[in-house]
Amino acid sequence: MRHDHLITSKQLSRGDIETVLDYAAEIDADPSAVADRHAGTLLGLLFFEPSTRTKMSFETAMKRLGGDVVDMGPVESSSVKKGETLADTVRVIEGYADALVLRHPKQGAATMASEFVDVPLLNAGDGAGHHPTQTMLDLYTIRENAGLDDLTIGIMGDLKYGRTVHSLAHALTNFDTQQHFISPESLQLPREVVYDLHQRQNGTGIKEHDALEDVLPSLDVLYVTRIQRERFPDENEYQKIAGEYQIDADTLAAASDDLTVMHPLPRVDEIAPEIDDTDYAAYFEQAHNGVPVRMALLDLLLSEDESIGGEDDE
Amino acid sequence: MSSDHDHHDGNDDHELRVSKIRDGTVIDHVHGGQALNVLAILGIDGTKGEEVSVGMNVPSDRLARKDIVKVEGRELSQDEVDVLSLIAPDATINIVRDYDVVEKHRVERPNVVEGVLSCPNAGCITTGDEPVTSRFSVLEDGVRCSYCETIVRDEIASLIDT
Repeated sequence: MRHDHLITSKQLSRGDIETVLDYAAEIDADPSAVADRHAGTLLGLLFFEPSTRTKMSFETAMKRLGGDVVDMGPVESSSVKKGETLADTVRVIEGYADALVLRHPKQGAATMASEFVDVPLLNAGDGAGHHPTQTMLDLYTIRENAGLDDLTIGIMGDLKYGRTVHSLAHALTNFDTQQHFISPESLQLPREVVYDLHQRQNGTGIKEHDALEDVLPSLDVLYVTRIQRERFPDENEYQKIAGEYQIDADTLAAASDDLTVMHPLPRVDEIAPEIDDTDYAAYFEQAHNGVPVRMALLDLLLSEDESIGGEDDE
Repeated sequence: MSSDHDHHDGNDDHELRVSKIRDGTVIDHVHGGQALNVLAILGIDGTKGEEVSVGMNVPSDRLARKDIVKVEGRELSQDEVDVLSLIAPDATINIVRDYDVVEKHRVERPNVVEGVLSCPNAGCITTGDEPVTSRFSVLEDGVRCSYCETIVRDEIASLIDT
């Protein structure tokens, strides 16, 4: 199986994921081995939304592979401001770069853009849709800390608009996992995602909750996302809900000692700083893993003789 | 005699409630209450002088209550039939020429419909100014945008891009 674009984690099999994670681990152990693999290669960065970690880790990954990046820069100073369509933008930048990384506020943007270009295109977040490269570094971190099979994971916060959650949930269905989704009712997983998860797992391994204490003791991993204040028309309603989904030392008193706490970052007040120096915290490690994982992804997508997944893949 | 014996151009009492057509299409076995949506799919709003007969909530053996739409002087395209199948999955299409039914077939649900429905998700890339044709995969009980993946089960007719 070969993928020319990486749009959603749904396109990835277990074999694909293991190929990327294994290769990322190799790179992590010895980054110098791939230092010149893509000398002269240019990666086009098209970020229509603000980004720090994703954008900088892609940039770092490409440079560590010996290549370089061309950056569209802020939307305000680009032709987008003049009304250029995304379809035109990607077709233009395709002429400059060997691969494209796209972040866009609209759902389905990466799918559409991929229909207009021949170079590999990586979805770096499309609205409330998907964020598959984040998922790969999430899986890498989970595998390092807790393993990917026989895993009980709690995913908590804004599950409705959280694209990292949607991608992660899909990808985890490739493994023997129990997924607990914890959120206020108004921010539950979109029905589309639930539909897909049920299609893939017949509903087994998927449970939804509104309180963390219902499941915390059973969790190997707790993946926390930010509840966005702007999603609530009423500030009081936000304040009432947000406090119930914050993690501090008291909260984790009921957790297993082996619990791994993750967060795609940026955090605001979802995880108290007192957790940072405990063995629970894996979120900074998670962010750092973005570089070797994206190096692996870029190398696999850019190498003509390789692909994500192999001939043995189902 | 059953009201649902499909002699749409015959002498059935119920059929007589709407006039026979000479040349055109009879869309029969539309679920009761969907006839106006059928007209919307066909772009028929009466302003262009179309000659159309509609029977609504006619007793039917198969559907209990059915609608019938007869359109004079027009044979439906496959695209129109495809979309029709989404809101009238049991419909039969009868092509009439010189008062005779020359073709009769059930609608079949396609796997994909392109360019005929608009995505209801305001956050979908297809709702902007991009040069992209809407595309929906057809599920057993609805449709799904191929771009943003939104699933629509009810009110599919309201998505028709007119």
